[in-house]
This record gives sequence, C-alpha cells and structure tokens, in this order.
Amino acid sequence: MTETILSPMSLLAELTHRCPLQCPYCSNPIALEPRRNELPTQDWISVLDQAAEMGVLQVHFSGGEPMSRPDLPDLIRHAVGLGLYTNLITSGVLLNEKTFPALVEAGLDHVQLSFQDIDTANAEHVGGMKGAQARKMEAARLVVADGMPLTLNFVIYRENAARVPQMLEAAVEMGARRVEIAHTQYYGWGLANRAALMPTAQQLEQTTQAVEAAREKYTGRLAIDYVTPDYYADRPKPCMGGWGRRFINISPSGRVLPCHAAETIPNVAFPDVRHDTLAHIWRDSPLFTMFRGTDWMPQPCRSCDQREKDWGGCRCQALALAGDAAATDPVCSRAPDHERVVRVLETLPAEPPPFRYRRYTRATDEVG
Amino acid sequence: MTTTDLTDDSIIRFVRGVRLQHDRVRERWIIQAPERAFIPDPIAAEVLKLVDGTRTLGQIVSELATRFAAPVDVIGHDVHVMVSDLITRQVLVA
Repeated sequence: MTETILSPMSLLAELTHRCPLQCPYCSNPIALEPRRNELPTQDWISVLDQAAEMGVLQVHFSGGEPMSRPDLPDLIRHAVGLGLYTNLITSGVLLNEKTFPALVEAGLDHVQLSFQDIDTANAEHVGGMKGAQARKMEAARLVVADGMPLTLNFVIYRENAARVPQMLEAAVEMGARRVEIAHTQYYGWGLANRAALMPTAQQLEQTTQAVEAAREKYTGRLAIDYVTPDYYADRPKPCMGGWGRRFINISPSGRVLPCHAAETIPNVAFPDVRHDTLAHIWRDSPLFTMFRGTDWMPQPCRSCDQREKDWGGCRCQALALAGDAAATDPVCSRAPDHERVVRVLETLPAEPPPFRYRRYTRATDEVG
Repeated sequence: MTTTDLTDDSIIRFVRGVRLQHDRVRERWIIQAPERAFIPDPIAAEVLKLVDGTRTLGQIVSELATRFAAPVDVIGHDVHVMVSDLITRQVLVA
C-alpha cells in the first residue's frame, strides 16, 4: 500500500535552546543545542519560504526562549509576508515595553505565554528564576493592552495540580482569550523528572472537573484546551496527528523532525535543512517515512479499528517505555508493554524527589 | 456584546488574530485562528467573505439573498444563527 502524503499544516521553529528558565518538564531534548550551532537568519528565512510553498499555514516560533534571538522580529515579518499565521511561544521574561513593539510592528498574530504556576513562590522554584512571575504578568498586560490575542499555558504537575481553578480565574482576569491546561508530557526532561511531576489519579480527576466547570462558567469568554497525562488513558493520543502527516519541527541547528522529541529515535539519520530541501525531507527522508501511515505497525495496531485515529500513539513514548520506537505505545491497554505504565503509576513515591533542572551540561554551552 | 444583542444593524468584524484566508495549496478557504485553522463549510465561507468590518449583519444577509436568489427571512435566520455561533467561538465580534 502506498501511503498518502499530505502537505504539512504546521511548523514549529525552535529558534534556540537558550532560555533564562530551567523548568524540569521542558520539552527540549536533554542534549541542548549550544548557541554556536544555531541556524543563522538567512537559513530560517529559507525554511519559512519553503514551508509556505509546501502548504504550511501556521508557524510557531518557539525555543528555548525565542526572544533570545535578536532576529525574531525579522523572521516574524518575513513569515507574515508569506501569509503564514505567526505565533510566539514564550516564557515572557524577555517580553517588555522595550522589546514588544518590534513584534507588533512585524505583524505578530498571537502570543502563547507560559506560566509555571499561579503561586509565585512555587512558579519561581520550578522555573529557577527569581522575579520571573512579575515579568510574565507584565508581558500578559502588554499583549492584552495591544489587543493581540493571548493564550496562557499552564503545565500541570503534582505540585500545582490543586490550583487549576485559580489558574483559570487568573486567565480571565488577565484578559487571555485562551488557556491551555496541559499536564506534563513525559519526554526528555519531563521523563527524567517523572517521579517528581506525575500527578495521582485523584489529582487528575480534580483537574478534569475544574476544567469542565470553568468551560461552562466562561463560555464565549475563555476557550480552554485541556491536555491529560496519557499514562492514565486507555487509548494513546494521536501524537502529532500522525507521524509525518501534519507537523514539522525544526531544531535550533536545522534538524528536521516529525516531533520535538524525535531526536531520541535511534538508527536513523536526522535530515538537515542545510543539506536538503524541506519538501524532499518531508516526502522521502527515512526519518519521515519510517512511521508514516500504517504499514510500519506491529500487532495489535495493524488490525486495530483505531489505527487511523491514534496512528499507534507516540513513537518516542514507545521507545522510552518499551525500548522500541516501533512498538505499540505502551499507554494503550491493548499494548504488550502496558504493564510498564501501570507499574509506573503504582510505584509513584509518596514524597516527590528533588527536580533535575533543565541545564546545559558544562561540555556544551552557557545558558544565555 | 453578547450574541443575544445581535441585530440587523450590528457591524460584524473578525476578532483580532482571526482571519479568512485562501489556502492555495489545498484550494480551499480556511479560518486562521490562534494555534488552529478551521475549515468553514461552503456556506460559512460565503458569509465570512462578506465580513469586512463595515457591513452590517443585515447588509450581509441581503447580499447573500441577492446572490443566491433566496428569501431574506430564510437566509437571515440561518446567517444569524451562524454568526452567533462564530461569536461564541471567538471568531467574529459584533
């Protein structure tokens, strides 16, 4: 069977891994890319040109902290000129009245601003930066005052799960149009800190109820995106909408990935925008074709009625939990390795261990 | 303004950060919105093409009635319901 290759919808441009914060659930890989390896401006411009040509509709400028890159306004302006919808995913700690006007002038469409918690002391404990919360509040104020749509992103974990109602209330007070209540996803740093971050089943139930109550209360004023920790689910999530179907991730050094955790996949070359075209990489590279569609699937996925709904779940999770990226995602109750997920949840420690903070190892580079 | 206040004199606009755009690769209209793109059905796309921040709901209805040779009261009801829904979904504002 020949798989249908769709045009990608969405591009995640990870401009840098540098970030003033050190959140222990960061979605970046453990091996952070030093500044000297970052793509120069003209390479990002070429990526944007190629992405628009291929049919990408939205570009998400992310990191690390994308505002660490002085060329961010130029990249936004270029993307806007191509008709791309531009989204800035930021910690907000570098967004202030000196830096924000250049983004507005460039035509930025939307800001997603992350918060580590609504409680300042715990937020700054998790982010590892004193004074960050006040900067974030000021960033939110500036975006809303401009009239640009604002989404707040709260990553949920054991320590802050009880405060979801206050997070939602704060989002309304701050004038956000959308909020993401997103349970930690357990890859990279999140996986390394899983014992400290994973909520209990009871906590998960409470956050779900808080979201449902707020959806009713704030209809038409606040849209709520809710992401659950899939360890507690019976069926896996349709990770990235299927491998190589909708989504392209570009790492700071120009590697082209089907998702932001894909650099963990062993025994395959990572294609690079400096050496090949985006269209060719998307269509033909071994990394993008290896798990596209359903031909690669083992049993029970291959004959499962959900195979074109969840696409076998997440390849990086299968690798992390079952030791094989081509296995059925172990969070699926039909997976041969499902017992491993059950065991993780049954053996959560009573007291969370200390965080392993997201930091560069000394051999690579400084945090800047 | 809430959707219950919507009248024929209401001027309809897109919310900042939301727009109708033609997707030339897939040859269809899309609604670009924060962190998502929707595909409007063909009727919604015809309505949204008339949303320019100056036309009122009544003007949009009468243009559609002329273009599709249909009774204003029938079209008016459907467009009102659709616009109300898109206001609730933070696509349009009146």
